[in-house]
Amino acid sequence: MEKITFASQLLQYLITGLTVGSVYAMVAVGFNIIYNVTEIINFAQGEFVMLGGLIMVFFHVAVGLPLILAFPATVILVTLVGMLLDRMAIRPIRRPSVLTLIIATIAASILIKGAAMFIWGKDPYDLPAFSGRNPITFLGAVIQPQYLWVIGFLIITVITLSIFFNRTIIGKAMTACADNADAASLVGINVKQMILLSFALSAGIGAVAGITVTPISLMEYDRGVMLAIKGFGAAILGGLGSFPGAILGGLIIGSIESFGAGLISSGYKDAFALLVLIAVLFFKPSGILGSIEISKIKRF
Amino acid sequence: MLRIAKLPIAIFALFIIVFPWIARHIPAIDHYTDIMVFAGIYCLITIGLSLLMGYAGQISIGHAAFFGIGAYISAILTATYGLNPWACMLVAMFITALIALLVGTPSLKLKGHYLAMATLAFGIIIFIIFNEEAEWTGGPDGMSGIPGLSLFGFEFDTVEKYFYLVWCFVFAAFIFTANIIQSGTGRALRAIHTSELAASAMGVDVSRFKILIFGYSAVLASVAGSLYAHYINFVNPSTFDLFFSIKLLIMIALGGMHNIWGAIIGAGLITFLSYEWLHFFEEFEVIVYGAILLLVTIFLPQGLAGVPGIVKGWFRS
Repeated sequence: MEKITFASQLLQYLITGLTVGSVYAMVAVGFNIIYNVTEIINFAQGEFVMLGGLIMVFFHVAVGLPLILAFPATVILVTLVGMLLDRMAIRPIRRPSVLTLIIATIAASILIKGAAMFIWGKDPYDLPAFSGRNPITFLGAVIQPQYLWVIGFLIITVITLSIFFNRTIIGKAMTACADNADAASLVGINVKQMILLSFALSAGIGAVAGITVTPISLMEYDRGVMLAIKGFGAAILGGLGSFPGAILGGLIIGSIESFGAGLISSGYKDAFALLVLIAVLFFKPSGILGSIEISKIKRF
Repeated sequence: MLRIAKLPIAIFALFIIVFPWIARHIPAIDHYTDIMVFAGIYCLITIGLSLLMGYAGQISIGHAAFFGIGAYISAILTATYGLNPWACMLVAMFITALIALLVGTPSLKLKGHYLAMATLAFGIIIFIIFNEEAEWTGGPDGMSGIPGLSLFGFEFDTVEKYFYLVWCFVFAAFIFTANIIQSGTGRALRAIHTSELAASAMGVDVSRFKILIFGYSAVLASVAGSLYAHYINFVNPSTFDLFFSIKLLIMIALGGMHNIWGAIIGAGLITFLSYEWLHFFEEFEVIVYGAILLLVTIFLPQGLAGVPGIVKGWFRS
């Protein structure tokens, strides 16, 4: 009996890890979209997730909008915040360098965090699960229905994005900016608009991640930084700029964290993901699916 | 600006010498001496950090960790083991330098965003360790009973005495750093900042210089941490959290990272803002900090230390 319960415990860790990992993967995808078009690492990426969760709580719980309306309303609002971030913090910088861009996005992130604390206070907020909280038992492991929603939304996001980037004109234009912004503007692509769009898209995906994860882990104003760092860890682990890499990285980091917290020490839960991040940076900064050739031609 | 004028240093030294006397005679600001002690402690960190960021062009969002390591090593060795505080400070400096070397050697090969994230992650890991290793550090409650400092029987037991002690350290660090900037090392650093490739083509050993400066700034932060622990006789993890690293960044950006005076101005202003002038905002001061950082980055990339240059430019044109 002992053995079976241990096995089901491991399965439980894996399922939890993959769920959390899906959220990290979505954050990582958000990083990659902005990075691919602008070569900026947006340190405020985690704040989009936090805003997604809290604004959803506002629309769904406080205002009482049904899920089907509150969801798009939240995504649209957070997308606007993302566009505002580009217009207010990134575009006004006259001589952008890595240092100033990092500092600008950090400034934006503490501004957003402060505003969220002003609006919602310091308490964590709960959101009703999309389809109830009756757990499904699977081989001795407990699966919350919401887990499936999180993983499902990751899959939907990935499919939609790959169609967008590979099949639509706008998506291809964004890819062109990523390859060579000067050449892209020569063929008539409005690079500034593409940058704005990348911030919008990335904020929207962050919002989706926040909305889906809030019923599982609640949401509060200061959750953004940790989500951003772990999402960045996922992006780096998979190879910065690579979408399949982001998903792979997110799922791996989520699993490591879940197993580490379960088997080694829950107090060091956050440290595991960060140690992985540092190890990757030190030993293979190009990540699993990234290439050194690409990272060499990047400006920053 | 490689040459650092001597006159402003002398004027500033005079200002520091008379500051406690002035503060003592004006009731409204008589507690400013106490705040200036903290300002001095933060100046020690920002002087090193401005050398690292402004002159060598490397970004660190993890210096709160080195500050904390200094403070905790001093605290544990003196309060738990009763060792001599000055010896502990030296031990702390040595250990911090080792850790900086260990972390810095691989991180400084990274550039830009990667380095920022690596130092950020390092800072958070150290913060988690402070919280979790309660046996040593007292966990989230912190540890108290850290003794004050004394030298040859002279006790630094009042705010004013400690004020002079801290600012002696600041001046020593300032002058030492100014000498680094004016030496060949300083020129090498500026070359690295402008272009690592060109610098290495000119024979500058880029990674050695970067590590050296990273270690130097970490050691300064460690000293600041020791001084901090012996001043308030208590340490707890929340002093060394991520937000403190960001606050250091704000100090540097506000003061101006391309100028060693910027480190002093920024640390001084932000210390007074957070200890005195922003009480009105309570915990929402974080919004003010965000706004300051964003506005400075956009409108005043040279920081406050760059203002005289801008004004001069107006007069010329």
